[in-house]
Amino acid sequence: MTIGVEASASLDQGPPDDAAALLAMMLRIRMFEDKVMDLFSQNLVRGSTHLCQGQEAVTVGVCSVLRHVDTMTCTYRGHGAVIAKGAPLAACFGELLGRAGGLCRGKGGSMHFADFSVGAIGSNAIVGAHLPITVGAALASSYLGDDRVAVSFFGDGATNIGAFHEALNLASVWKLPAVFVIENNQYGEYSPLRSTTPIDRLARRADAYGMPGVLVDGNDVAAVRSVARSAVERARAGQGPTLIEADTYRQVGHSRSDPATYRPAGELDRWLERDPILLLERSMLTRWSTEELDTIRQTAQRDVDSALEMALAMPEPTLDEMAKDVWA
Amino acid sequence: MSEEINYRKVIAVALADAMREDDSVLLLGEDVGAAGGAFKTTAGLFEEFGPRRVRDTPISEQAIVGAAIGSALCGLRPVAEIMFADFAGVCFDQIANQLAKYRYMTAGQAQLPVTIRMANGAGAGFAAQHSQAAENWFLSIPGLKIAVPATVPDLYLLLRAAIRDDDPVLVFEHKNLFALKGSIPRGVAPLRLGVADIVRQGNDVTMVATQQMRHRAVEAADLLVQEGIEATVIDPRTLIPFDDEAVRASLEQTARLMVVQETVQAGSWGASLIARMVQDHFELFDAPPTLLSTPNTPAPYAAALEREWLPSVEDIRIGARELVKW
Ligand SMILES: Cc1ncc(C[n+]2csc(CCOP(=O)(O)OP(=O)(O)O)c2C)c(N)n1
Ligand SMILES: [Mg+2]
Repeated sequence: MTIGVEASASLDQGPPDDAAALLAMMLRIRMFEDKVMDLFSQNLVRGSTHLCQGQEAVTVGVCSVLRHVDTMTCTYRGHGAVIAKGAPLAACFGELLGRAGGLCRGKGGSMHFADFSVGAIGSNAIVGAHLPITVGAALASSYLGDDRVAVSFFGDGATNIGAFHEALNLASVWKLPAVFVIENNQYGEYSPLRSTTPIDRLARRADAYGMPGVLVDGNDVAAVRSVARSAVERARAGQGPTLIEADTYRQVGHSRSDPATYRPAGELDRWLERDPILLLERSMLTRWSTEELDTIRQTAQRDVDSALEMALAMPEPTLDEMAKDVWA
Repeated sequence: MSEEINYRKVIAVALADAMREDDSVLLLGEDVGAAGGAFKTTAGLFEEFGPRRVRDTPISEQAIVGAAIGSALCGLRPVAEIMFADFAGVCFDQIANQLAKYRYMTAGQAQLPVTIRMANGAGAGFAAQHSQAAENWFLSIPGLKIAVPATVPDLYLLLRAAIRDDDPVLVFEHKNLFALKGSIPRGVAPLRLGVADIVRQGNDVTMVATQQMRHRAVEAADLLVQEGIEATVIDPRTLIPFDDEAVRASLEQTARLMVVQETVQAGSWGASLIARMVQDHFELFDAPPTLLSTPNTPAPYAAALEREWLPSVEDIRIGARELVKW
């Protein structure tokens, strides 16, 4: 097992527009989530929602090395992952609003975004339950002899549920092409990690499953991408799964009703200084002008605004939708 | 042409036929491969199909069912084995929240041609944690089909139908029927899930029973002839979908309904059937329906207790006698 903070990989090594594409995607997700908060206050979103502001570099970094045929599963905090995998923003908003044009025609909602056409094969609201399913997706690739990789995002808290253990063990014993990504945002609901977990570095858990465990700065999109690329290449080469721990922070409450008063004073501010979008923009200034960065930001905002407008114009599902899709 | 075989051995025959027909079919489970299964129900498959298609798993029921789900989402047609149906409790989330709801929540994007086989039921002294008629746990979860074969040909045909079906199907193999003999229905038309078997015809009472209880109902019905009572025995073969029409049509003749099941009354398939029949066809009844269930306890171990716990041929006979008195 190798465990150590991966040095920030320079984006200069990639094609010149790489950083711009990563920034654009991270901004789209941030602006999408900010809009979701607005929609909530207007009572346009039902039930609960779990936002990912502050964690965008993890999903964007990992998904930037995936193709649509590679599969991705994630949690109820999954808007970012599904958007990063390539789902259209308007259909994402539509799902959230319970509209017929939503990703799942309004039958899944905030916690169940899925777009199979881009490989986003499910957002799960049962902590850890999608990990065994990811193993199955990887099993299919191995069985069929294709080169698809199965990736899963989940929280730090999810590493304490049995399904995590069963999934990593089985993926490793069968050497399946899977990549398990912990979005360590330091909290499971309202409990800080150290109150529920006797070790501080979750990547160490990989040792118990005979797979590499890699710790990465989850707010550094280039570092995340570099770690993810190695893990995906390893999986594709038939060398088995990897566990990645991406250290990050959720800048908002756990869910809509959480004011996050349990955070120690100053903690949020320290993390805001390391905001993943801020860090990326700062690193880009050597090659991009502020005007160019502003243009990327404005384009992202325009995309999000027009997607929401489209979604608000979508009709509600007709009542015959209720009985559909229970059976094949 | 028909070959004699027992209920235990026909399972591997059905699985092998399905695997020869479709390369996307694979088996997963604890000791299903090299060891041939805890009940020897997969004997010989590892030798014919090898470790790629017959896969021994760790003792990880959540991972077994999850792997079946994920592989189905990506184009395979997996058959997972949960050794004893009671162990479904360990992977209940994967069956109840994942397998059953995945298609619906994704508006039909997810394909789930998953079969889960489980050894079911009481009567052989396995005690409370290895004797549950666990099919009843899954009745209230839309999205799952449930097959409960009682005979060799039905087991063969239902297992084949389950594997071909594009929906998740839970197939319960009754442990106390493993020695039962019958013929392999090769060259017979495939069975549609949801079609009852009218095992026996009579005009006085309609008995509905599955698996072990079906055989007891038939035995009781044969004895009742001496008392001048003619019973119809219906084996629904699948609980979801359920062939309500077969029961309704029989009630037209008998006006009396008796359901025999090896589980408690609460939350059972028999209670649901009676509720539907009374609600939809009240006018057909000349007597209150009878639900013959087990006492409201876990399955006991001792032979004397377990024998008493399960509805017996005599219990069925007495119940039917009372019912026709109305
Ligand atoms: C099996 C299960 N237990 C409890 C919950 C309630 N719950 C929802 S999110 C959550 C916290 C999970 O924390 P973590 O895995 O760190 O993910 P995060 O929410 O921080 O992204 C809990 C306990 C659940 N949805 N599923
Ligand atoms: Mg967390």
